[in-house]
Amino acid sequence: MKKLKIIWDAIIPNNPVLIIAIGLCSVIAVSNSVQSALLMTLVFAMVQVPSNVIISAMRKIIPNELRVPIFVTVIAAFTTIAALLSQAYFNAIYQIIKLYILLVVVNCIIIGRAEAYAYHNGVVDSLLDGIGNTIGYGLVLLSIAVVRELVGKGSLAGFQILPESYQPMLLMVLPPAGFFMIGILTGAIETYLRNKGGKK
Amino acid sequence: MSYIANLAKIFVSSAVINNIILIQFLGLCSYIGLTNELSSATGMSYAVIFVTVASSILAWVIDNWILIPTGLQPALQITTFILVIGSFVGLVEIYLKKAIPNLYRAMGIYLPLISTNCLILGVTFINSMNNYDLVESIFSAFGIAFGYMLAMILLAGIRQRLVNSDVPEFFKGKAIAFMVSGILSLAFLGFSGMIK
Repeated sequence: MKKLKIIWDAIIPNNPVLIIAIGLCSVIAVSNSVQSALLMTLVFAMVQVPSNVIISAMRKIIPNELRVPIFVTVIAAFTTIAALLSQAYFNAIYQIIKLYILLVVVNCIIIGRAEAYAYHNGVVDSLLDGIGNTIGYGLVLLSIAVVRELVGKGSLAGFQILPESYQPMLLMVLPPAGFFMIGILTGAIETYLRNKGGKK
Repeated sequence: MSYIANLAKIFVSSAVINNIILIQFLGLCSYIGLTNELSSATGMSYAVIFVTVASSILAWVIDNWILIPTGLQPALQITTFILVIGSFVGLVEIYLKKAIPNLYRAMGIYLPLISTNCLILGVTFINSMNNYDLVESIFSAFGIAFGYMLAMILLAGIRQRLVNSDVPEFFKGKAIAFMVSGILSLAFLGFSGMIK
């Protein structure tokens, strides 16, 4: 049960995107279609989980002064693998979000977890933390993507869901809607936290 | 189209049409984090202009003289770029501290923030993806950094006014900054189609 709590902590109470508000760039950029969001989550998982495990396994031999360059090198290696794999298997979507896949290497969430968690904890715990953070990131990304694609195109992952008579709201798949969605989400979370703090 | 016209096109399209923050969403952390005051927004923008242009030259040289001739570009590009840019920013910091202390004091606190900023790395990837030559890379980097400065100063100016205005309870704090950015982004969307 204690192990499961590590995953749960990263999904809701310490959600990297909503609560800590990091890694926003890719969330806003790729959330305009469900397919891009799915590929992005897959790439994120392929980088976050193994780099957490490797860094945790090497934590006793990584010198403190050199830790950030070493973290970055490990993450860059896995990003390269993930980028090449997604180019091989999902080339059509890869071409659209290529820039954001390459930039997973400087994603604040992954570097943050390496620094704050994997460097101080055991291999199994870091593995679970990596999985939890991936789920936390993926859930937020996918839920924004579902709303944006459904309202903006009337489809989900390319399949038409709403009837033909539905007039799509094109704005939702354009860049500004990304800001509006994150603004509304941040507002909701901050209002929730304020009210929760007020009751204490 | 002449070469000069092409350079102008690259500059305008990377500064406003594909504005790095409002349309491409790179470097959002510093965009939201450092726009509380106009002075920190301009300080960060100067540092970004300098580092972006310098590191895109560096990245172009490495990409075209080492990685592409040896055929290592697909496998090693990400790792090389981030390590080179990270150490370059570190070196610049040490050099400025020693040689131009005044500039270091003005720029100093923002330099470490830049090395982890996805914008700098993003610019080098954008240049490499479009196969720009050296001069085009410099213009593209300068255009992107100029667009960054534009967005930073716009938001910082608006946020200084927002302090005294009556924001709905729900949007107090960071949320209103995102909503304002959304409206700014909507305005910048109007530039698309300016260049065919």
